Amino acid sequence: MTVLATRRRFIAGAAVVTLLPLDAARATPETLAAAIRAVTGDAPLRPGRVALDIPPLVENGNAVPLTVTVESPMTAADHVTAIHVFNEKNPQPHVFDARLGPRNGRALVRTRIKLADTQKVVAVAETSDGAFWSAGADVIVTIAACVEDPT
Amino acid sequence: MNKRSLALALGAVFFASLAAAQGGADRRRSGYQDMGPALQKMQDDDTANPAMLFVQAGEALWKQKVGAADKACADCHTTASMKGVAARYPAIPAGADKPVDLEGRINLCRTTQQKAEPLRPESDDLLQLTAWVALQSRGDPIAPPDDPRMAAVRAEGERLFTERQGQLNLSCAACHDANAGKKLGGATIPQGHPTGYPLYRLEWQTLGSLKRRLRNCLIGMRAEPYDYNAPEYVALEAYLMERARGMTMDAPAVRP
Amino acid sequence: MANVLINAPKTARRGETIELKALILHPMETGFRPGANGTIIPRNIIQDFTASWNGVEIFRMRMSPAIAANPYVSFCAVASESGVVRLRWSGDNGFAVEESVTVTVT
Ligand code: HEC
Ligand code: HEC
Repeated sequence: MTVLATRRRFIAGAAVVTLLPLDAARATPETLAAAIRAVTGDAPLRPGRVALDIPPLVENGNAVPLTVTVESPMTAADHVTAIHVFNEKNPQPHVFDARLGPRNGRALVRTRIKLADTQKVVAVAETSDGAFWSAGADVIVTIAACVEDPT
Repeated sequence: MNKRSLALALGAVFFASLAAAQGGADRRRSGYQDMGPALQKMQDDDTANPAMLFVQAGEALWKQKVGAADKACADCHTTASMKGVAARYPAIPAGADKPVDLEGRINLCRTTQQKAEPLRPESDDLLQLTAWVALQSRGDPIAPPDDPRMAAVRAEGERLFTERQGQLNLSCAACHDANAGKKLGGATIPQGHPTGYPLYRLEWQTLGSLKRRLRNCLIGMRAEPYDYNAPEYVALEAYLMERARGMTMDAPAVRP
Repeated sequence: MANVLINAPKTARRGETIELKALILHPMETGFRPGANGTIIPRNIIQDFTASWNGVEIFRMRMSPAIAANPYVSFCAVASESGVVRLRWSGDNGFAVEESVTVTVT
């Protein structure tokens, strides 16, 4: 056997143990769109004002750092009321739902999320005038090597 | 099966990248240097590094009186006295004839000084205490002891590192010496330096020891991992520390 | 012992926007992963994170299984008056942890 073939087998083995079980309930582009619509209702989703900062390529999908900031004066009259984050291919489309207001001073949320696969992440901000703004990003998730057997 | 096909595709470039030429300069790089900026930032920021949760718990354990002796680590040791300690283990403790790693040294104090049960390998308490002790050596150069008895231990470690084993007939050196810097699946093969242990591995979603890391590589090689208390780990660790002599300790690190 | 790490400035100027960061030990088990015997490990997540400043809620986050293990959350707050910022995490299996920090406004 060539060395390359050996390596391939090694990688294939490593990949198998990190795969999630194939699950009919996995979020798809349609469930992603439906989950967003459940938040926005009939209101249009406008691009802009939202900045979604997430690395384009991550070495492991178990903890992907993400920052959402929204351009807003955050005054009583004009502020962000909510920030929602969705994903395309995890088993469920919802990632989180944050409620904000003028007491925050700045519309910002940082957290770390799980991404089961290479996929799109979408952030939606709701403002006090009832408008919805959004930004999306594609994240490539590579797999860890030399993981341990789960059994 | 997206991940799998991606892994196979990337696997094909395993040998496509160029090997670093062996020059006079120090070409050693830590696993930290092989990570992307997002993970480097996660490690560098103590308010974001999840390993700091374990360090905090370790500090509480350090002060807790336990065992028949009803003594805390802090009753016998100052925090300052732990500086540089993690950078020189494995070592042979005074009066002993066998080397122990840092976890083994802490367990020696558990049994002989505190008169308590040893902590289980990879248990939360042992990892937390080790993380707290290791943090005191942050920024220190790795400095294995000059003890001449350690030469044989390191030689055994080097033998284990260079010997082919497992169903894939690979050696540690085949990856970490000959192919470091190249891609294996999506991961960059690091040179395999022990600068950051115990560390928070995203794959584990928790803190783990250098032993656990070595076990993962052994499983990846389709080799039977040694028992947790096996001397092989201590020998491998001693060799890895010698190989990394002078490199900077950055425990508790973050790795993918 | 609740294992929580909170990072907030001890003092702030009145009206200044400060950032608060919090880490908590929690497995965030998704409920989608098979365990050793092939059966699915039951879901065990934090569902809610709230922050209040002197008793007034200023931030809330509803979490899904897609939040990484040992959740990290960071948000901003206007330092309106000196007081206690109370953080609360609650979730599956009756999980409930509360921790607070004091911010002195000058
Ligand atoms: C097929 C290639 C391969 C073999 C063989 C291999 N490893 Fe690894 N090793 C890796 C990869 C890839 C990583 C990094 C994994 C990751 O970050 O996802 C790694 C990580 C490590 C690390 C962690 C370095 C750090 O920065 O924390 C150490 C130490 C290590 N290996 C030692 C060993 C030892 C000892 C052996 C032999 C028993 C071995 N490896 C065999 C590929 C290999
Ligand atoms: C009753 C006193 C006592 C207690 C309690 C104690 N130790 Fe020790 N410890 C010692 C002595 C004595 C040594 C050996 C010092 C030497 O060889 O120079 C030692 C050595 C060590 C060393 C190696 C230091 C070096 O420089 O190589 C470490 C690490 C250590 N102890 C950690 C701990 C931890 C962690 C705890 C709590 C779990 C603990 N000790 C509890 C007395 C104690």
